[in-house]
Amino acid sequence: MKSIDSLDVASIRTAAQVRTAALPLEELNPADPQGFVDDTVGYVFERLRREDPVHRSHSPIPGIDTYWSVTRYRDIMQVDTSHDIYSSEGGITLMDFPPGDEQKLPMFIAMDPPKHDEQRKAVGPIVASANLNNWQDLIRERTGKVLDSLPRDETFNWVDKVSIELTTYMLATLFDFPPEDRRLLTHWSDMATSNKLTNPDAPDPEVRMAELHKMLEYFTRLWNERINAPPRSDLVSMLAHGPATRNMGPAEYMGNLVLLIVGGNDTTRNSMTGGLLALHENPEEMAKLRANPALVESLVPEIIRWQTPLAYMRRSALVDTELGGKRIRKGDKLAMWYLSGNRDESAIPEPNRFIVDRERPRQHLSFGFGIHRCVGNRLAELQLKILWEEILRRFEVIEVVGKPTRIRSAFVRGFSHLPVRIPG
Amino acid sequence: MAKVTFIGFSGGANTVEVPVGTTLMRAATDNGVPGIDGDCGGNCACATCHVYVAPEWWERVGARNRTEEGMLNAVDDLRGTSRLACQITLTDALDGLVVSLPEAQH
Repeated sequence: MKSIDSLDVASIRTAAQVRTAALPLEELNPADPQGFVDDTVGYVFERLRREDPVHRSHSPIPGIDTYWSVTRYRDIMQVDTSHDIYSSEGGITLMDFPPGDEQKLPMFIAMDPPKHDEQRKAVGPIVASANLNNWQDLIRERTGKVLDSLPRDETFNWVDKVSIELTTYMLATLFDFPPEDRRLLTHWSDMATSNKLTNPDAPDPEVRMAELHKMLEYFTRLWNERINAPPRSDLVSMLAHGPATRNMGPAEYMGNLVLLIVGGNDTTRNSMTGGLLALHENPEEMAKLRANPALVESLVPEIIRWQTPLAYMRRSALVDTELGGKRIRKGDKLAMWYLSGNRDESAIPEPNRFIVDRERPRQHLSFGFGIHRCVGNRLAELQLKILWEEILRRFEVIEVVGKPTRIRSAFVRGFSHLPVRIPG
Repeated sequence: MAKVTFIGFSGGANTVEVPVGTTLMRAATDNGVPGIDGDCGGNCACATCHVYVAPEWWERVGARNRTEEGMLNAVDDLRGTSRLACQITLTDALDGLVVSLPEAQH
């Protein structure tokens, strides 16, 4: 007998499927945040992949307006790897702010070669294998501590007590940030990605900018300390000493900090939550995992595919071009819907099943492909791998005892709340 | 058929024999050779099939292509002999090719 909660979720989904099927094609707009709150946007993508894979989409949200939705895996791969046609310099989210608006910060995710290449090269080494090996023990120790301190026989919010806690520790390590101030990193990251136009609960733009300036002050102090010290393997020191980055101005420094804080923050956080939810919803897969803990190796990329923590990335056409039979005009903006490509059965077998022992599990689009492919991808996987190894070692049972609360965003696909109870 | 040898970072060697026309990446991933990931499936889009070509083979494998150069920018420990294995197709002329692997793919 299904619980009341799951009947409720099922009926919302059925209603959404019926409603989506009845909509005229031109009204399909995947960027509607409600589809993410309800987790019903998948029905929109199914129609688009089938009927209009490169789809002229319209959003009523000011600043988004008209854009192309790219929904099939192969078309997304084509756009992602054609950076000479599809630029990142117009920004990587669909929201365009009026010129002069301070919302955009210069960061290499939103640059094209050659500038992109110089900056990425400077930052990449921090997450190279040498550092990953050095951090393994520390990550495992911290993960163990957090899991051991969880309440037992009592409902708590997994997002706060596990996902945010662990990713914040990781960020603090990356920056060699004072651990007692580490929640500032989460706070600044959430400030950076907040957007009042899509989420009425977000802070006002002036408040947001003021908080980001405090972040810049704090990190400027760290920069000044570390530039005068011998180079170390934390990110601030690497930026301060790297030949391509040591002369960057404050706006660029802030932009790259925000990029690395945001990049490593709610993405990993939402995968930590999403993985638990997915295993709860697929008990046969959890059973496979418990019977063979070595499956953590393929579990982790499957979680990342399933969650698709960033639902899309935006590009801007530099020239008139053709994609999926459509004529794209110079200046048009496009969304590569990774969330849709990750459910495209012409590229991924049984994409709507969560399968812990999938073949080729890293084929998913969640990290992107091409020159902008997520620089922290192996670090993300490492954190998730250690989390699941330590969970399996400790807890026979973890119960998800209520519905998740999903974030109102078509960009960040995540959770603010997941009620969990560990019998103890 | 073409033989190719992959020398692991800590020294061990794996030799496989594959049909001419197979990419160097697939030669590894189809035969369980560890140390090459090929996340993107061979689309020159992830740089996780990074190899170092043995110096004596460098002239014969041909030059990097433009897309490959762009992706190689991001690899750990880029060297003069770095190539992406998905961009090398094994031919009769490459029978006996030797490559070595980086510490990790990223």
